[in-house]
Amino acid sequence: MAAKNLTFEILPGEIFGFLGPNGAGKTTTINIICTLLARTSGNVTLCGNDVCRDKNKIRNCIGLVFQDPSLDNRLTALENLNFHALLYNVPKKLIKKRCDEVLDMVDLSKRKNDLVITFSGGMKRRLEIARGLIHYPKVLFLDEPTLGLDPQTRNKIWDYIIKMKKSQTITVFLTTHYMEETEICDRIAIIDKGKIIALNTPDNLKKIIGGDIITISSEDNFKLKRYTEELINKKIEDEKDDEIKFEVKNSASFIPKFIKNSPVKILSISARKPTLNDVFLGLTGREIREETINSNDAFKLRMRSRM
Amino acid sequence: MKELTGVYVIWLRDIKRFFRDKPRIIGSMAQPAIFLFILGIGISSSFTMLGGGKGGKDFLPFMFPGIIGMTVLFTSFFSAVSIIWDREFGFLKEILVSPISRTSIVIGKILGGSTIAMTQGSIILLFAPFLKIPITFSSILKLIPIMFLAAACISSLGIVLASKLKTMQSFQVITNFMLMPMFFLSGALFPLVNVPKWMTVISKINPLSYGVDAMRFVLLKDAAVQLYPLHIDVFVLIAMTIVISTVAILLFNTQE
Repeated sequence: MAAKNLTFEILPGEIFGFLGPNGAGKTTTINIICTLLARTSGNVTLCGNDVCRDKNKIRNCIGLVFQDPSLDNRLTALENLNFHALLYNVPKKLIKKRCDEVLDMVDLSKRKNDLVITFSGGMKRRLEIARGLIHYPKVLFLDEPTLGLDPQTRNKIWDYIIKMKKSQTITVFLTTHYMEETEICDRIAIIDKGKIIALNTPDNLKKIIGGDIITISSEDNFKLKRYTEELINKKIEDEKDDEIKFEVKNSASFIPKFIKNSPVKILSISARKPTLNDVFLGLTGREIREETINSNDAFKLRMRSRM
Repeated sequence: MKELTGVYVIWLRDIKRFFRDKPRIIGSMAQPAIFLFILGIGISSSFTMLGGGKGGKDFLPFMFPGIIGMTVLFTSFFSAVSIIWDREFGFLKEILVSPISRTSIVIGKILGGSTIAMTQGSIILLFAPFLKIPITFSSILKLIPIMFLAAACISSLGIVLASKLKTMQSFQVITNFMLMPMFFLSGALFPLVNVPKWMTVISKINPLSYGVDAMRFVLLKDAAVQLYPLHIDVFVLIAMTIVISTVAILLFNTQE
């Protein structure tokens, strides 16, 4: 894993997303910013501190939620939070108040005296987010905060992050390879093979695609493809056996015209707004999802479910 | 002040985990019990038979401090290498990325391991009445700091290894190739006199030898079974602890 020549700036108070397939260099970048890994060249500053010279200053002002679980299973939720608060120098008289506050935010107040080993994966994640916030960090890093969680829990976690963002001034830096999740970001950097290939707001990124995505299947896709290419005056790159996919500016007026003149019988047709997955595909020629479940990932999921 | 809090927190975590795990406390008494009640009684009977005299009677009291030493050895070592577990289960990262210095982490860990080992060692004293080994209150007071010191030395050794070993697999190997020889060549089970030269050499660099020797002297008050004077034992243990813990701190500071 490596990241090369990354240049970016995160503005105070924004949610900044790092999106890319596994092995793109997301975690490496986070580890460098969080002082866990030494950089080989270049400069990284956080809140005015250099990551190599002022390690402790940086560690005091960041909150981290790692990709892999990092709770002590044999301690209770509250003990894990207390432990963290003491490590981060939270004044003793404030600790109890802060613990209650963050536990309340992630809906774990009722379970605070239970051992973490009895928690589900989603609860552990929520507790880790709560823990990352207890010392009021200026920047919160979330490295794949929803990896291995079911969709319902994933949504809940994003709700918490949005809620937290509203209630306190905090900058959030998150990485993910789930496209939908980056939609809550103010800005997104798309990273592939250690390089940033695009950096913009989600809406602007989608404009790269320019229009709606249409997916069609018919009785003779080959014939249909030639007809479509003539019509939209563009070659269709993305090919699958049973369907063809392309973009048009305005699908509402395009579809009736298209069906009327089609040389073959159309079996199904659908139009949708572009997602960031389409953006990634357009920029790299690959689907981000194709690489999501590699053996390493599967191992991580197993580890997580075991714990 | 901040660093002291760090040491305290790391220590507290180990203590909390230890006292919460009651099955582990009871389970860890099983091994010393087997050694004392089966091996110990068995060997002392065979001494009586082979030697024809009553020499066997003296073996149990001789072995008893050795078994305390064994308990201290295993408990403090395992407690220190729990760092490997923490690394595997991710918790180490949480500590490493905190504003607490690595040095405080190591010190906290050493103190935690020593406290736990000292507690476990003291529990073994409960066996003494059943084995008819007379123990006085004053000897217990002297024993406790010696147990703590020996444990601190071995915990430091455990941290040195934990900084180098990254997986649990390598850990099994270490237990067999290091802990067992350390135990057998410490004088815990048999006196290290009239043994081959190589055994004497190993026992001299083995911190547990000095721990067991000191424990045996304060418990039995018998100069005949003593290898070194008490103050030498204590001095060597302190020196070894300082050297090994310094190495542990240096190694732990260089890891990512």
